[in-house]
Amino acid sequence: MNLATLFGTLQTKFGKQVESMHAEHGDEAYIFLGDPNIRPITEYLRGELQARLVSVFAEDRRSREGVFFNYYVFEQRGDTQFLIVRAPVPAADPRFPSLSAELPAVNWQEREIQDWFGLTAVGHPNPRRVALHDNWPDVHPLRKDFPIDTVLPPFEGERHIYRPALGEGVLQVPVGPVHAGTIEPGHFSFAVAGEPILYLQLRMFYTHKGTEKLFEKLPIHKAVFLAESISGDSSFSHGTAFCQAIERAAEIEVPSDALIMRTVLLELERLCNHVADIGAIATDVGFVVANAHASRLKEMLLAANEQLAGNRLLRGMVCIGGVRRAWGAWQVELLRVAIDAFTREFRDLVALINSSESTRDRLEHTGILKPEIARDLGIVGVGGRASGIDLDVRRDHPYAAYRHLSFKVPVYQVGDVWHRMQVRIDEVQESISMIREAASRNLSGQFRVPVPPIPPNRCALSAVEGWRGEIIHWIRTGSDNRLERCKIKDPSLNNWPALVEAVQGNIIADFPVINKSFNLSYSGTDR
Amino acid sequence: MFKILQKTIRTGIVTTTYPSKPARISDHFRGRPSFDFEKWQDARPAADECPTGAISWRDTDDSRKVTVDYGLCVFCGLCAEASPDQAVKITKEFELATADRGSLILTAEYTLNADGTHRKLSAVSHGRVNADSDVQSVGAKARETIQKLLGRSLSIREVDAGSCNGCELEIVALNNPIYDIERFGIHFVASPRHADMLLVTGPVTRNMELALLKTYRAMPEPKLVVAVGACGISGGIFGENYASLGGVDKVLPVDVYIPGCPPRPQALLQGILLAVGRLREKRYDEHPSR
Ligand code: SF4
Repeated sequence: MNLATLFGTLQTKFGKQVESMHAEHGDEAYIFLGDPNIRPITEYLRGELQARLVSVFAEDRRSREGVFFNYYVFEQRGDTQFLIVRAPVPAADPRFPSLSAELPAVNWQEREIQDWFGLTAVGHPNPRRVALHDNWPDVHPLRKDFPIDTVLPPFEGERHIYRPALGEGVLQVPVGPVHAGTIEPGHFSFAVAGEPILYLQLRMFYTHKGTEKLFEKLPIHKAVFLAESISGDSSFSHGTAFCQAIERAAEIEVPSDALIMRTVLLELERLCNHVADIGAIATDVGFVVANAHASRLKEMLLAANEQLAGNRLLRGMVCIGGVRRAWGAWQVELLRVAIDAFTREFRDLVALINSSESTRDRLEHTGILKPEIARDLGIVGVGGRASGIDLDVRRDHPYAAYRHLSFKVPVYQVGDVWHRMQVRIDEVQESISMIREAASRNLSGQFRVPVPPIPPNRCALSAVEGWRGEIIHWIRTGSDNRLERCKIKDPSLNNWPALVEAVQGNIIADFPVINKSFNLSYSGTDR
Repeated sequence: MFKILQKTIRTGIVTTTYPSKPARISDHFRGRPSFDFEKWQDARPAADECPTGAISWRDTDDSRKVTVDYGLCVFCGLCAEASPDQAVKITKEFELATADRGSLILTAEYTLNADGTHRKLSAVSHGRVNADSDVQSVGAKARETIQKLLGRSLSIREVDAGSCNGCELEIVALNNPIYDIERFGIHFVASPRHADMLLVTGPVTRNMELALLKTYRAMPEPKLVVAVGACGISGGIFGENYASLGGVDKVLPVDVYIPGCPPRPQALLQGILLAVGRLREKRYDEHPSR
């Protein structure tokens, strides 16, 4: 459906409820509602148009427009448009209808709005706090009248009350927030009956560090570095997502060579993380030799990262308007050599893993996430593609240089650990050929353009397929080189509930490998 | 099995020789920015660009105090791009670990020109964070005992007190065959009860404060604390806000600070070995008394 037809249909169907509609930046269609009742239009978009709800978030516009706004971002299969429905939530009666009962995918996102903005999701099946722990005082940090440097009194009382594990022989096993290995903090509460896990409860947001609020304080050019620190393993993806958002808002045309370089670096980031995960999955079932090789392979890439970007995590390379440095011919050559060596070694690694029957045995049928459940929970990225969810921002909403590259999106239906690893293996092959293709171009052109003053009050949405999955940044620019709002959605936020589903019925000893097969970012979730 | 052996033999030894030989790193690596304070005409453009506030300045009457804090630096290189005259240069130096937080802070004093630039350097000095010298000497003594006890073999418990996970990636790399920290008799352990050293990344969030304290208290004496990365040292780009307390030393006594964003594995290694007295601090030109 083209946009004019869609707008026409919405106007006829929802009449007065739709106040206005307009398109921005080519592929963002904004639909402004006159009241908070999001239900009918959601039903229509999800039902008749088969649209997927990508993200839900809020904004405090009381000082300018007297209300809060909730935003509901949808996308349709095969259409590069994002449909962004905006619904006002009155300041005097800050309530909005919850969609979580029919759409479990927005469970946490609606509760974030409750915690951070103090708006009530009416009818939410589990309205308890999620983003602020239970021992926090009654504050709503993303409200404009809450200063970022507020010093909160020492916290007292219970952090979180978990659902008790009831039944004969049922035990509750608490783990975390500090874990046994070198990983991020979070709390897992397992209810087990003997070996099998009956259910898992999660408590996240231990690493909440006020990131979205801080985006409203930092000058925009400095905020690029904050974006790189949303999730360290996705520094370049988040950095790029952020720069893209600013470039869209300020209508900055990024030179084509810079877009190719960004693409190469995005794929390098994917390679680093995928190969590390493949090794880590092998470790968790006792195949440490495979991990030794995998981590060596990752180091080969990190060395290339450093030559290309000056930093092993590719930090400080992306900037608004392009990338910060040009590549000489020798760097492109070095990249080619590194990728050739990596390709050979990676083939050996895969052969090594495939030759180990005990590894395959442990990974197959372990931690199954069924496609129906994955769909209900709104699972994205690697975890989704292993469970039949055919989504990939690079193909569905092309950015950087992806529209000029050919690649396949691997999708499996089985949804076990083995297939989550298989998705990574396939994607590594695709990334290799994309990097090769991109690096065969002549990259001696312009690599960045000067940044004009950023105009105030512009909104823009940016999407990037990080190695983990769909990353969304949404911004509203403010005056004085600052942002009014910056919404960050890391794919981890969607995907934690997948872990809860996938571990059920598995033995607790398999939890680490199931967890690793999703490898979600705590910091990306908690921000 | 045969395949595994074959692959292992064909691969050979990949472990680095660092620190017995200098690290082999890329020419393009961005390490410590070095400051030629004498030459530096104007610190303001660099301070305007610096994402974390590692460079700051304050004017009083006709003088200007410029402060550079490597404990906040994320090694982005913007200060060098913003400063003409090559007064600021990006080096490949990364061995910045120190027991003295103050030594990471440099202060230069200038006379101001009418147009706002500055001239004539009058002094360069270290910052002092721990003004209480008693605390420092007690710390130094304790460190000596610890070094005697733990110098040969060390157990580390890592705690992510709120990081972005960038530091974790590099800490995990210490166990890979390239950096292979076990060759120094150093192990990462699962329980704080088995640990001699707490390796902490930050910033310390309000939500991790208690867990960090509890982990520390669970460790047997004597114990060391190492703060990792710009965020672990100072809060980094997150600083202090409603959800973040800032650096690790806001909560625990810190023995060694390792700058970086994140510190590369060799820098982590240097900091850890420094904490147990197996390496010395590196001196750099700008550090007058180090
Ligand atoms: S290199 Fe360090 S001091 Fe220089 S601008 Fe970047 S963070 Fe600031």
